[in-house]
Amino acid sequence: MTTARFVPGTFTPAPGRGRRGRMLATHARVETALTLRHGEQILLTLLIPLALLLGLSLLDVLPAGEFAGMERVDWITPRILALAVLSSAFTGQAIALGFDRRYGVLKRLSATALPRWLLVAGRLVAALVVVALQVLVLGGVAALLGWSPSAAGIAFGVVLLALGTLCFGALGVLLGGALKAEAVLALANIVWFVLLLAGGILMVPSALPDAYATVVALLPSGALAEGLHAALVDGTFSAGACAVLAVWTAVAAAIATRTTKLT
Amino acid sequence: MNAAAVEITGLVKRFGSVTAVDGLDLKMPRGEILALLGPNGAGKTTTVEICEGFRAPDAGTVRVLGLDPARDGAALRPRVGVMPQGGGAYPGVRAEEMLRLVAACAADPLDPAWLLDVLGLGSTRRTPFKRLSGGQQQRLSLACALIGRPELVFLDEPTAGMDPQARRLVWELLGALRTDGVSVLLTTHLMEEAESLADDVVIVDDGAVVAQGSPSALTAEHAEDAQLRFRARPGLDTRLLAAALPEGYVVRESTPGSYRVIGHVDPQVVSTVTSWCAQQGVLAEELHVGRRDLEEVFLELTGRELRT
Repeated sequence: MTTARFVPGTFTPAPGRGRRGRMLATHARVETALTLRHGEQILLTLLIPLALLLGLSLLDVLPAGEFAGMERVDWITPRILALAVLSSAFTGQAIALGFDRRYGVLKRLSATALPRWLLVAGRLVAALVVVALQVLVLGGVAALLGWSPSAAGIAFGVVLLALGTLCFGALGVLLGGALKAEAVLALANIVWFVLLLAGGILMVPSALPDAYATVVALLPSGALAEGLHAALVDGTFSAGACAVLAVWTAVAAAIATRTTKLT
Repeated sequence: MNAAAVEITGLVKRFGSVTAVDGLDLKMPRGEILALLGPNGAGKTTTVEICEGFRAPDAGTVRVLGLDPARDGAALRPRVGVMPQGGGAYPGVRAEEMLRLVAACAADPLDPAWLLDVLGLGSTRRTPFKRLSGGQQQRLSLACALIGRPELVFLDEPTAGMDPQARRLVWELLGALRTDGVSVLLTTHLMEEAESLADDVVIVDDGAVVAQGSPSALTAEHAEDAQLRFRARPGLDTRLLAAALPEGYVVRESTPGSYRVIGHVDPQVVSTVTSWCAQQGVLAEELHVGRRDLEEVFLELTGRELRT
């Protein structure tokens, strides 16, 4: 047997766990790159919100009563940002997780020294990076269309976007970690569609019947859209919206830690 | 203080009404290559997955490097390399990206670029996992198992789907691991793999160990019966040949065109076989009388019928 290829001592054991910061950064970077490389993810997270932003800002399709005298783009942009969070942190995340489990990715990674909490943390950091990129692109296009957000509310908006990402990210992990990949794919898309149309993103609670409006305001989609509207249009901080998002995050995370399966 | 690489006592694992592992015992010293052989469904993968901490046993104790994989997983995982059956990677991830991710989880990893090169993956560094061939995916998976310089590696069918060149390369690599003191537990269907690599072979059937020992000890145990092997056209009626031989001889076509006559082989038996072949108008090629190999022992112990 030739041994030239492997010098003795090459594989002498030297086991140990990598540095946490490096593991987290590498994992988050790979997750982000995979999302940005994936055509369907780009369609879902960027192109559809972009098309809605352009269409609803430029075309006269929404009832004028919604705007109460403000520019269409000022009204629509916070809602498109809410949609962007829903699309990437929830729907995209859930589908990716469902198929990653199917392809043995979670099993592969959990067989390394990567701690379990880091497995989730890497995905959430990646979700925050993707949302930041979405906000830059969508916000930039909205600015070109004349969007002028309330300067006082921008910091509140950033807080809400981050909280919304964690909330929908936790819900995405909950869904993507529990069911078969095909079921995740179907459900994640249905939920996206229902929340977009009836969950307070495009339809404002105040335009809905009272009882239904209360329900919508308590949904994470309704809370995020209304909270972003309050921040970016009125420049006010909506503690109610933050509370709703925080409760959904806590509940989803608590259930997901019990139900998430590796395969 | 240096606990065994793997020590399993009375392991039981059930899935619903099916008992996948049924009282399995196994002890694997450090620094050796142990091959777990068994038919499909024998419980090999379940046993390995329990050792890796992916499944909890229903009964029995499992110690890996002296630790309980179900309880001490966090302490154990950095010390163990795992190659799951069928790999495991993001479909869109590039080969080098995946290996570097796994390398980042280790304190003192091997150089990923070097490892890709020696495994013949140097030209596929930027190729998405889903576009790698089956054998390339297997080699990447093996690289992921080794990159962290583990003390012990679990390889579930490491050469499945590999071409003969790649298989030789992996065998050479496993030899280098042993030289460097890494313990290797592998499952395989390839008798040649087990026979040429393993220090110890454990044959598993129906979730329990049916034989254990070095390849030479296992074949010697059954050495009283020699066998005669020959090749001819496929589909000869082995019952007719058996009828031509004295009582007690068994004739089998182990793979199409490859025949085995099992029993005490004397000159008369050889003569009977060749003259029977002559009557059939076929030439018996590669006629060989010898001791049984591991495959024959394996088939003897686990039955010859294809299981469904």
